[in-house]
Order: sequence, then C-alpha cells, then structure tokens
Amino acid sequence: MAETRLVNVSKSFGAKAAVRDLSLTIRDGELVVLLGPTGAGKTTTLRLVAGLETPDSGSVAIGGVDQINATPAARDVTFVFQQYSLYPHLSVYDNLAFPLRSPVRKTPEPEIKRIVGDVAAMLRIEDKLGNRATQLSGGQMQRVAIGRALVRRPAIALLDEPLSSLDAKLRSELRIELKRIQQDLGATMLYVTHDQIEAMTLANRIGVIDQGRLVQVGTPREVYEDPANTYVATRLGSPGINLLPRGLFPDLALPADVATIGARTEHMTVRRAGGGADARVKWIEHLGDQNHLHIMFNDQKIVSLVEPDTELKVGDSVAIEFTRPLLFDRAGQRVR
Amino acid sequence: MTGLVSAHSVVDPSPLTKRIAAIVVIAYALITLVPLLWIVMTGFKSPSDAIAYPPKLVAEPTLEGYCNLFTTRSRQAPEYMAKLPPASGLCDRISRDRNMVIAGPSNYIPRYVNSLVIAFGSTALSVVLGTLAAYAFSRFKVPLKDDLMFFILSTRMMPPIAVAIPIYLMYRELGLSDTKLGMILLYTSVNISLAVWLLKGFMDEIPREYEDAAMVDGYTRLQAFFKVVLPQATTGIVATAIFCLIFAWNEYAFAVLLTSGTAQTAPPFIPIIIGEGGQDWPAVAAGTTLFLIPIVVFTVLLRKHLLRGITFGAVRK
Ligand SMILES: Nc1ncnc2c1ncn2[C@@H]1O[C@H](COP(=O)(O)OP(=O)(O)O)[C@@H](O)[C@H]1O
Ligand SMILES: [Mg+2]
Repeated sequence: MAETRLVNVSKSFGAKAAVRDLSLTIRDGELVVLLGPTGAGKTTTLRLVAGLETPDSGSVAIGGVDQINATPAARDVTFVFQQYSLYPHLSVYDNLAFPLRSPVRKTPEPEIKRIVGDVAAMLRIEDKLGNRATQLSGGQMQRVAIGRALVRRPAIALLDEPLSSLDAKLRSELRIELKRIQQDLGATMLYVTHDQIEAMTLANRIGVIDQGRLVQVGTPREVYEDPANTYVATRLGSPGINLLPRGLFPDLALPADVATIGARTEHMTVRRAGGGADARVKWIEHLGDQNHLHIMFNDQKIVSLVEPDTELKVGDSVAIEFTRPLLFDRAGQRVR
Repeated sequence: MTGLVSAHSVVDPSPLTKRIAAIVVIAYALITLVPLLWIVMTGFKSPSDAIAYPPKLVAEPTLEGYCNLFTTRSRQAPEYMAKLPPASGLCDRISRDRNMVIAGPSNYIPRYVNSLVIAFGSTALSVVLGTLAAYAFSRFKVPLKDDLMFFILSTRMMPPIAVAIPIYLMYRELGLSDTKLGMILLYTSVNISLAVWLLKGFMDEIPREYEDAAMVDGYTRLQAFFKVVLPQATTGIVATAIFCLIFAWNEYAFAVLLTSGTAQTAPPFIPIIIGEGGQDWPAVAAGTTLFLIPIVVFTVLLRKHLLRGITFGAVRK
C-alpha cells in the first residue's frame, strides 16, 4: 500500500481532450471517488494510473516512484472494468488465481490455493469456485471482480463503475460490502462513478470531474455543503439544488456580484402565506422515502423536501425564506 | 453460457411447427444423402452389379472394390495361374477368380497421405497466419488498414483457377511443381483471405478490456493474446479451420495441373482408377468413400464449435 500521486496529467485522443491538467493525490488506505457524468474522463484517468494509456504531459507516481515508463504489469495496481470484469473462459477459481500466476508474480500453487480460499471466504462464494465465471449472476460476478482486485493487496485498486450494471437493491448491498472489505484490508482505492449516492457513502474524499478537469476535491461533507461552483452543487443532493436567478428576489440584501442563489431544502423555509403571494404549491410528489414539494414562483420551479404530514396542499400560496443559501456569480463560481 | 443463449431465443415454436420442421429436415437429409449412400453401396458391389441395369438396390456384398483400390494386378495365362501356390488372403483369392495376380500395392495410400499432409498443413498455416493477421488488424493502428483488408479480399474476387497458367509457369521456375510444399503454399494463399476476414470478425467481438485486464494482472500483450484472446477465439478458429480444410481437401483443378507424381493428392488420383483395366466403378466408389472420412470425422469432432461459429457470433455475447 502506498500513496498515488497524479500531477498535471493531460491526455487527448486526437482533438478530444479527455483529461486536462489533473492533479490528485490518493493517500495510503484512502478511498477516493471520482464523480462525474459519462464522458467526463473518469475511465481515462483510471487507465492513465494503470499505464493502459500514456499521458501527453504530467506524471503519475505510486509510492513515490515515477511510473511513466512502467508497463501495466510492472505497476502494482489492479483494475475492475466497467463491463468485462471476469474472464469468461475461466472458472471462478482460475479468475482469482490468474493475476497470482502471472509471470511477474509466479506464486506457488499451494500459496494461490490459500489466498483464493481466503478471498472466497471473505466474499462468501466458496461453493462457486468451480463454476465458469459466466454462470455467476451479475451481483456475484461483481463481488468476485472486486475481491479479485483487492486480494492481491495492490498499491492501489482502480474500480470503474463496478456497480453500475446492477439493480438498485444489489447496488446498495454491494456498496456496504465493498466499504467493509476496503476498511478490513485498509485498501487504497480510486473508485469511479456517476452515482452521487455511491460517492457520498463510499468516499473518504470525492473528486468532482467535469470535461476532464478536476473541479473540486474534498470530503463528501465539504463537497456537499461547500461546493466551489454550480456544477459541483448540482452533482450532489436529492432533490437537486434549486438555482434561482437573483432577480426573482429583489428584496434580498446580497453582495453585488451574486447572480444566482443556490437553495437546497435545508436553506429554505416554506410557510403558508396570504393570498397575495406569487409562489404556489404546484404538486406534492410522494416517492415513498421522500416527499417532494414542487412550487412555482414566477415561472420558476422550486423543489424542496417536506414532511409526509405537511399541512400544505396543492394550490396553496406560500412564502419562501432563505437561511444562508449558496451564492454564485455570473460565471457560476461561489461567492463567499 | 446456456442461460445467455436462451435469453436470445424467440418464442418457443409450437409442436406442430416443430414437427413440420423435422419432416422438412429429414426429407432434405434423405435427398442429399442418397448419392452418398449410393457411393458407399457401390464400393461393396462387384463390377457387374455396379453397372447392372436396372440398377440393383441389393447386391451380394464383396470387398473386390477395396482390393482393387489398394492393389495393382496383372492378367496371366491359365498355365501360369495353375502353377501358383494356393492363394493367400482374401484379395489374392478375388483376383485369381478373375484370372489376375496381385502385382503390388496401388498408389492410393501414398496419394491419400499426400492429401492429408497438404490439406491439414495448409489449413494449419492459413489459420495460424490468419489468426495473427486478424488480431493485428483488429487491435492495432495498421497504416492503410482498410486498403489492406480490401486487397486481401480482392485476391478472392476471381476464381483462383483463372491464374492457373501463371502459377504453373512460376511453379516450374521455382521448382515447386509436384511438391507438397508447393501445394501447401498454394492452398494457403487461397485460404488466407477467408481466414483473415472470418477471424477479424471474431476478434472484433472480443472486448479489448480482457487484454487490458490481463496486462494489469501482470502479463505482456503476447501472453495476454495466448491466455485470454485465443481461448475466446476458439469458436472462430475452428469454424475457419473447417472451411479451409474442406477447400484444400476437395481441390481438384490445381491438383490436376500441378501434381502428377510424388505430390499428387487423392482427388486427381481417384478418377485415374477408372481407366485401369476396364471401368472399375466399385474401386472408384471405395476410394471416394474412404476420401470422405477425414472431413466427416473432423467436422463431427468439432461440430459444437462449428454450429456456434457459422452463426458468426450472432448468439455468442
Ligand atoms: N480510446 C479513445 N479514443 C478516442 N476517444 C476516447 C477514447 N477513450 C476515451 N475517449 C473520449 O474521451 C472522453 C472521456 O472518456 P472516458 O474517460 O471514457 O469518460 P467516462 O469514463 O467519464 O465516461 C470521451 O469524450 C471519450 O469519447
Ligand atoms: Mg467510463
């Protein structure tokens, strides 16, 4: 286990810049999540760390050793690919043994047997070792893939949206299991996802990536409570943050350069008001675990959470009060 | 794998549809198998039964055709025959009944061995070269890739025999006429385009991520090719090998033109049997029957792969 450091790494494919000037340090034993939409450059970043791509500029170091000239095999990393996580022509046992049998490791078979046994116990798949990888269910496959990436005790494990192909229930189960295994092993991980819940629950730190650029890095709380710009603010929180033009609230005393008010549920108090108010309850959406209050205010939609037993009804006039909302300037940057 | 395959199946056909399909398949199989059956049966008839009119469906079986296939015989005067020691063995007796004695083995076995060496040799070479070329075309930035692929395909745009004369002259100059090496190279050059094109399709279907994974797991690209790509390409390789083998095994025109002696294959040899001592149809039929066996065995052994192979990856995913 060791620290992994990317410094000013850039990578383009033809005219398309996939990763731009990205610097990030993953500390020993830390789980860093890269959060961003499809096409943001997350996979490319992982491939750069693994040595499957060579950066156009910048450096990648693992454990203080520069890796630019090291082949993927020579780097002490593991990779869980988004889709093709296990070798389909091998049994589960052989899949787990495959990296251990490689020419750079040449682990003796009894040792392999012991290690694979340990992983199987950790993943509770002892009875599946003889199966072909393709006979596993999607969830079992991803469990094995994740276990495979961690048992080798790499300097860093790289995981590319390993849960994205699973259904919601399995995803939340595996999320918890992944966190448990990572903590048990003290593994260092760079984990990529576009799912904010995964990012919030798994990460020691979140890096938010947008069009190849790392926009903000911080603990889940920092990134949620103190976003650097509107892009980061909209990536986290459900329901999503309301970005409201300042002109909608001419009475508020705000710094001059504020152009947008960012308000989440916790920044707003919604009260029933006299008939003269402009804001009206449009719709109350019951999602089971959450209730969303949809308000229309001068053609601007505002969404907030409400208690299930709220007294508000559709058509009610309401007044909205802000408590320390997030403020952004014309370019979308935070005004503090 | 089975789970995934069934996920692709459309609605199960009704029992009636299945029955009709079975009848059609059986009828078609009978129609196509009758000539084969006739050949196999003719191999066990006597020469007169073989050409009897109306044709004999049932005839007394004899091994005369097979004896004649494997031997050369000479006609002798009755006085000479009378002085011979008693016949030893079945074929000896059969030929004495026709006033002949066995002069020696025929060329059938050496020609058959030539066919085996040339067909399997060129198939192996086509598949090995084709696999490597297809992998390179599938994975690497090859300059002028599309043009090269088209060029490879264009070598099959006319019947190969159209260039028979230039090849004949070239082979004479190079000393490749009537050599096994020459025939292996020739059949390989014809088959290689098919092999590259078929196999490139199969290689494209194998996600690169598996090789990436193997390289991260501590293997070189070459090792990843052998450990991860080849096992997943087996289906395609087997299907390609069968196509190549069938062509090389059955090829007649070049074999007639370029081989006459030491490298002659079975297809040009079998018709020659007709001419030796009357129209010996049972011997021809016997030679043909034995000639069919390798392809049948090869195909049956590998049929599981072939079935999936000729759907060209439509099922496999
Ligand atoms: N091998 C490649 N060749 C060309 N373009 C690529 C390649 N890999 C990635 N890209 C491009 O780089 C950008 C980032 O891709 P990627 O890292 O896969 O994003 P993500 O994983 O966040 O969805 C995308 O626009 C993608 O089209
Ligand atoms: Mg990706």
